[in-house]
Amino acid sequence: MTVATAGRPRVPGFARGRAVSAFLHRHVWLRLGALLLLPMLWLVVAYLGSLAAMLIAAFWTTDSFTGAVVHHTTLDNFRQLVTQSVYRTIAIRSLGVAAAVTVVDALIALPVAFYMAKVASARTQRLLVVAILTPLWASYLVKAYAWRVMLGEDGLINWLLRPFGLHGPGYGLVAVTMTLAYLWFPFMLLPVFAGLERLPDSLLEASADQGAKAWRTFRSVVLPLLFPALVAGSLFTFSLSLGDYISVNVVGGTTQLAANVIYDNITTGGNLPFAAAAAFFPIFAMLAYLLVARRTGALENV
Amino acid sequence: MRHRRSTATLSVVGVVALVATACGGSSTGGNSSANAAPPVPKIAMAQSVGAGEGSLDLINWAGYAEDGTNDKSVDWVHPFQKATGCIVHDKIGNTSDEMVQLMKTGQYDGVSASGDATLRLVYGSQVAPVNTSLVPNYATIQDFLKNRSWNSVNGQMYGIPHGWGANLLMYNTKTVSPAPTSWGAVFDANSPYKGKVTAYNSPIYIADAGLYLMKHNPELGIKNPYALDQKQLDAAVALLKDQRKSVGEYWADYTKEVQAFESNNSVIGTTWQVIANLITTDKKTKVDAVIPSEGATGWSDTWMIAAHAKHPNCMYKWMDWITSPTVNAQVAEYFGEAPAQSLACEHTSDKTFCDQYHAADKTYSDGLYYWTTPTKHCLDGRGNVCTDYSQWTQAWTNIKG
Repeated sequence: MTVATAGRPRVPGFARGRAVSAFLHRHVWLRLGALLLLPMLWLVVAYLGSLAAMLIAAFWTTDSFTGAVVHHTTLDNFRQLVTQSVYRTIAIRSLGVAAAVTVVDALIALPVAFYMAKVASARTQRLLVVAILTPLWASYLVKAYAWRVMLGEDGLINWLLRPFGLHGPGYGLVAVTMTLAYLWFPFMLLPVFAGLERLPDSLLEASADQGAKAWRTFRSVVLPLLFPALVAGSLFTFSLSLGDYISVNVVGGTTQLAANVIYDNITTGGNLPFAAAAAFFPIFAMLAYLLVARRTGALENV
Repeated sequence: MRHRRSTATLSVVGVVALVATACGGSSTGGNSSANAAPPVPKIAMAQSVGAGEGSLDLINWAGYAEDGTNDKSVDWVHPFQKATGCIVHDKIGNTSDEMVQLMKTGQYDGVSASGDATLRLVYGSQVAPVNTSLVPNYATIQDFLKNRSWNSVNGQMYGIPHGWGANLLMYNTKTVSPAPTSWGAVFDANSPYKGKVTAYNSPIYIADAGLYLMKHNPELGIKNPYALDQKQLDAAVALLKDQRKSVGEYWADYTKEVQAFESNNSVIGTTWQVIANLITTDKKTKVDAVIPSEGATGWSDTWMIAAHAKHPNCMYKWMDWITSPTVNAQVAEYFGEAPAQSLACEHTSDKTFCDQYHAADKTYSDGLYYWTTPTKHCLDGRGNVCTDYSQWTQAWTNIKG
């Protein structure tokens, strides 16, 4: 009977494989180390390493003629950034735009998300989610240029406003805020929508039973429970706005923001160290924002 | 939570330690070499041109390496590929600074550099001297373009002259009336075209303000718009800050200016002839481009070969190709500039072309203020009192505010 003799096939490689797996089974830490090695290398070398390299470069300087980086440690870049008023102006403007984009997105996201989560039928809700997510698949540049055309002198917005004797904002800060608010809207809407879905309807009913009007319910019941979701959304809109330089170039007119200073110093100024120093601003701004957000406890259950 | 915090602290400590060790390690001092010209880096020069390597990576101004994509009848890249087997990959540089920056990546074989980039590339060891005997068409290049301060060092050519021209004042003929005759039209803080004025987005544009002040404020004593001392630079900055109030947007990407004029967002501002040509071809807006009474800044471009070009043979073949009479005529007519090749004038489709662009007119050529890198050592011979390009770069950030 052939069947009786057919046990496990005795392949040499198989036995070796068993030995390795047995070895790994006994050494838990080795197993874990091997598993984590590649991702850790990626994180430490490629991710944190490049960040560290950039931060170090901020202390260097360039030869003013050839533009070659001179490895001479100095704080000049930071001194310029701090002492020249133009950089303060740009920093404040950038924070202002990021804050404005966040507020605009929150104000639009709240009613839309509330309608989607609590009012709309299941079918409408699905359609709305799709409608809001689809633009994420379109290229950023296409969307930015679409706004450039819409905001242009002969564009859609001026065409709509003309019958009322009005004129659109044209290219500038308002245009940048509008464009960025459009671009980052889904990042605000989704956390808020998820937060509202988790909010039990019974709470709203209970509030109404106690005689609370809509505004009171919103202020005392919905908003406190929704706050973590709003903070989570604002982290996206705020940081994405703070780092954006393309929309500003497309619809910003003569405006420059913090990210433009960084970008211009790389492409135009050819001053990598100064660009690296300028990059400290958005990093610190975001770190501060994250710390404040953590204080509110909003990051605990995201 | 506490555990997470401690790891976060650890990683911060790690980064700080890294920064500290790296900073402590550097020792070489920075030498400000803007005064005396630094020694010329020793880069080997080609001694022969062999068979093409099959590929060529170029950085060039818009309109210099046309392959028929923008206009089917404008194509000198495909014939080159056919003749040499070198497939051209071209990357458009929007400003000289961008070109210098791109050359530093070491991924390109050559560049069409303007005078405000050439010396930075030479002294930055980015380009190699050019053996002009390997470029047969060099012999008939206009003599007044050979061995100039922006394309040679100590009598050694660092490239092959391509063409030259002026930065023009372009305006929408329907909206702007009367037709402007002075650069004052773009420097007027109370311009009737407020919000629709445009300007070139590069520190080198400060020279345009310098030129205007040179003609209108003689008490400032500007002799050369690229040699500005601190007082003169301050005056130029003040003028440009006034201008900013009427500027709708700055342009560096040429397609952005085309689009801005075609959509009526810009109606007047500085331009290149090629942009005016593109707008005229599109027929959406009518524009005219002129040299105002003050004269103009301009450019004189040179094809340079990278110090460590991966395809040197193809690059030499390209330098010869682009300066051959027929092709140089094509490029010059398409871009709207004076061809460097003296024989090109016989091959232009418009026989008066070279006269229009004063291609053989040395006096006219000397009258333009070519883009040059401003250095501490004044170009007009006043000594070391001038502002250098890094100061211009900062001034430009300040102007935009």
